[in-house]
Amino acid sequence: MSEPRLVEVRQNILKHNDVLARRLRRTFRRAGVFVVSLVSSPGSGKTEFLETTLTILKEKYRVAALVGDLATGNDADRLARSEALVRQITTGTVCHLEAAMIENALQDWDLEKLDFLFVENVGNLVCPASYDLGENLRVVLMSTTEGEDKPLKYPTIFNTSDVAIITKMDLAEVAEFDAATAGSSIAEVHPGMKVFKLSAKKNLGMDEWIDWLTGEFADSRESESAKSAFSSRS
Amino acid sequence: MHELSIALSIVDIALESLNENGGEKVETLYLKLGKLSGVIKESLVFSWEMASADTPLEGSRLVIEEVPVVVNCTICKVERELNLLNGFNCPVCQNLAPTIVNGRELELTALEII
Repeated sequence: MSEPRLVEVRQNILKHNDVLARRLRRTFRRAGVFVVSLVSSPGSGKTEFLETTLTILKEKYRVAALVGDLATGNDADRLARSEALVRQITTGTVCHLEAAMIENALQDWDLEKLDFLFVENVGNLVCPASYDLGENLRVVLMSTTEGEDKPLKYPTIFNTSDVAIITKMDLAEVAEFDAATAGSSIAEVHPGMKVFKLSAKKNLGMDEWIDWLTGEFADSRESESAKSAFSSRS
Repeated sequence: MHELSIALSIVDIALESLNENGGEKVETLYLKLGKLSGVIKESLVFSWEMASADTPLEGSRLVIEEVPVVVNCTICKVERELNLLNGFNCPVCQNLAPTIVNGRELELTALEII
């Protein structure tokens, strides 16, 4: 029997996901669709927040959503009330969405006909952190009923997300939520992170979020058209 | 608990490398696991037996190097290791804007094959 030998590999274990995510990102950019993923623990109000966001955006933009859960199509049914294009991804026992699931779910959608695509991840603050989905923005949500130290307990997801949203602000008083402590917890794990405080149910603070988001969308379109103008010249 | 998916990805990459190197069986896998990778060493080891069953990796051993979180403090201009009990503050100057240098690793570095 031959001697064991050592071979170097040096590969990221999630290489396959990263390759797919890069491909998705390129597809999204070409189609001009702005992709926002949402992560949070179960019950923090992702679906309520997304339904309100879709309803407001739908006035001026073409919007769609993919929503991940282990089981049931309940969230897709709820989101369909916004009259946006919605598709449920049921993951079975998988605790997170992966790039391959997104690619699969989008197969027969014409992305050119969309301005915004939202991807609601499975409720989980651990596993989704490792999987790039090709999104432009990863948004992490925490609610006023969860405790101000959530970011300190789950530093990776807060650190890898671009924006934090504190939901259920209408319950802040009863839950004795301390916004300043929550703010400093977020800053500790992600210095300078953009934070919105809102209540989707009571439509509080939604305007600020929507204005910011549509601004980001406009910026991305602008830089994309500047790039294509440049490349067509050269 | 997504360590089983991670274990299955490791199997794929290791098999690819085994084929490229013309080996028959993998005995040991060397991994780097950052403290911020979101993957728990114990769960990964637990999932390994299941993920590697009925493949040339069955019975192989995982040697896992855990990589601590290291930040580059913009004020001290020095790389420092964090214990993560105090968030991402620089442990010396308490500055809140360090860049993460290490700690996100999730890498298969080498294989011992026969």
